[in-house]
Amino acid sequence: MITDYSLKLNTNRSEFAKGMRDGIPIGLGYFAVAFSLGITAKAIGLSPITCMITSVLCHASAGEYAVYTMIGAGAAYIEMAIMVFIANARYLLMSCALSQHMHPDLSFSHRLFIGFGITDELFGISIARPGNLNPNYMYGAMLISIPMWAAGSAIGCFSGGVLPERIVSALSVALFGMFLAIIIPPAKENRIVGALIAVCFLLSFFFSKLSVFSGISGGTKTIILTVVISAAAALLFPRNEEETQPSRIEDAAQASQHEKEDA
Amino acid sequence: MNHSIFIYILIAATVSLIIRALPTTLMRRQITNVFVKSFLYYVPYVTLSVMTFPAITEATKNPVAGYAALLVGIIVAWFRKNLFETAIMCCLTVLIIEMFL
Repeated sequence: MITDYSLKLNTNRSEFAKGMRDGIPIGLGYFAVAFSLGITAKAIGLSPITCMITSVLCHASAGEYAVYTMIGAGAAYIEMAIMVFIANARYLLMSCALSQHMHPDLSFSHRLFIGFGITDELFGISIARPGNLNPNYMYGAMLISIPMWAAGSAIGCFSGGVLPERIVSALSVALFGMFLAIIIPPAKENRIVGALIAVCFLLSFFFSKLSVFSGISGGTKTIILTVVISAAAALLFPRNEEETQPSRIEDAAQASQHEKEDA
Repeated sequence: MNHSIFIYILIAATVSLIIRALPTTLMRRQITNVFVKSFLYYVPYVTLSVMTFPAITEATKNPVAGYAALLVGIIVAWFRKNLFETAIMCCLTVLIIEMFL
């Protein structure tokens, strides 16, 4: 059955293992980033345990940074709620995109846990999976990367600046390397995506350099640019039915393959 | 007013979960609108691109190392397509360049 995602099935176990494997580089990058977050948390007087719990529950770089600065500033609860919403708003868009990548009959609990697992990186690797997303892939990746994120923040909070500065500097680009590995390969096959990436780099660069936009936080900048550029791309280069639904094509191809085998 | 850290974290966790899980749990039907579908198709590429540059050049101690990591990352991703290799090559690039700068 296509909606049976229990680990009793070999295919599900292998998806889980693939998720864990792809979760390792993400976890390593997380560890370094969370480490520096932990230092921020320590500065506002949080304990490593509190830091670890926050990291497991929120696991978001910009989002958690917002949490710590708001706690540090003694902000009102509602203020923090709004700030966390803005810092994490891109996940709302990613979640929409991911919802289209799941089997329509996928159960509520699977959808909830997959939603909980969304981060920039886990979204990136799971949207890149062919066909409908197998939840076990996401769970495997979460099982490796979220504990490493939490451990990184707790250890960072506990020990402060133990890692040499040059190591932290080198580790900090691991995340961006992963982003590139997600966006560049599709650009090879699709010129529009390639051009889009170039346009994004340019606009993002100007946005960060122009003083007019200096009052806008990084998270808000990401949201504005994402909505504007994606909408423009969707208007200028609408995707036709076949292209937008590669999963459907593969399903159909597989189905016809089975028919041939049956015959 | 005295704020409890526990409540702060509870709010943060709740807001984070709602943002992430609302669409995955509620959007069960496949979207048929071409604009919305195209929009959602482009979102991941745009978000990740916007978050990568120029942030990668600001993450390193020396911006030159960040630019080099960007270039190496694009080349490795183009030819190898591998997440781990690309990430490691970017890190090594920064490590090596910052030894000399």
